[in-house]
Amino acid sequence: MSQGDEYRDHPVRSYVLTSGRAHPTRNTLRPETLLVAVDGRPAPTTATRQQRDLVRLCRGTLALAEVAAYLALPVSLVAVLVSDLVDSGHLTIRSNHQAHVLPGRDILEKVLDGLRNI
Amino acid sequence: MDSATSEPTAGQHLAPSVARSVKVLVVGAFGVGKTTLIDSVSEIEPLRTEEQITTASVGIDPNHPEKQTTTVALDFGRLTVSEEIALYMFGTPGQRRFWDLWAGLADGAVGALVMVDTRSIEASFEVLDQLELRTKMPFAVVINQFPDSPQYPVERIRAALDLLPTTPIVRCDARNRTSSAQALIQLVEHALTFPAFQKAPA
Repeated sequence: MSQGDEYRDHPVRSYVLTSGRAHPTRNTLRPETLLVAVDGRPAPTTATRQQRDLVRLCRGTLALAEVAAYLALPVSLVAVLVSDLVDSGHLTIRSNHQAHVLPGRDILEKVLDGLRNI
Repeated sequence: MDSATSEPTAGQHLAPSVARSVKVLVVGAFGVGKTTLIDSVSEIEPLRTEEQITTASVGIDPNHPEKQTTTVALDFGRLTVSEEIALYMFGTPGQRRFWDLWAGLADGAVGALVMVDTRSIEASFEVLDQLELRTKMPFAVVINQFPDSPQYPVERIRAALDLLPTTPIVRCDARNRTSSAQALIQLVEHALTFPAFQKAPA
C-alpha cells in the first residue's frame, strides 16, 4: 500500500451535517460500539438523508465504524448523528458495556476459543 | 470523499445474538501488511473509514486548528468469535503524529499487534515508542514474512527492538488466515497475563 493511500490532506469536510457540532451528546460511543435501530421506528420526518440512511443501515446490528464506512463519513461525525438518534429513541446501543471498561477475563477466554476454531 | 452510501449486503449485519464487541489494534509502518492481516481474518470485506485529526505539526495556529486537519484512513475488519462476541480489528498507522486518532482507538482495546517488516526494522521504532510511552496496552510483535525478508533469529529481533522478554514475537504470513489468527491468539493470551484483564466480568 502506498503512503498516499493511507495518509492525505484534503479540505475539511463540512460539519453542516451535525449543525456544526464536533462532539456527540454522549461520550460512550467508540468505533466498536454496536448499534441497532429500534424496531418499527422509522427515522423522524425531520431527519436528514444521512440520519435516514443511518437508521436503515442499523436494521441489523453494526458497529459504529461499520456504519461510518457505509455512509462514507468520518467516525467522529457519525458518532454525533448516532448520539442524536439514540436520544430520540430511534437507535439503541446494543453493546452496553461502559466506555473505559476493559473486557474481563471471561470475555477474553471466549475470544481465544473463537480464534482457536479458525 | 464519495458521498454515495453503500449498503451492507446480506450477512454483513451481525447476528442478533451478538451484544458485545472487543477490539484489537493492528499498528505498524506504512505498507507493512496491516490490512492484509485484517483481510485474512475478517468475515466481512475490510471496510475503510476516514477520520479527521488535527496533527501536532510544527507551526500550528491554535486559533485555527481546523486548517491543520488531516485525514487518516482506518481499515478494519470483523470476526464473530462466539454467539455473543464480535472481535473488531482496526488497522492504523502508529506514528506520533497520528496520536489523536490512536488515543480514542486505544481506549478499551485488548491490545495491539505491532507489525514489523524485517527489511526495514527501524520503521517500527516510532510505533513501539508510542505504545510503550503512551499506553499500558499489551502488545505482540508480528514479523510479517515477505518472500525476500531476511531470516533473523527471534532473539536478535527482540534485541534490535529492545523488547521485554515477555513480549510475544510471532512470525506470520499475513495473507494466511490461520497464521494471522495465531498472531491474535498470542496477543490475547499475553493480555490475559496483565492485571487489568484479571478482574471480574465487566
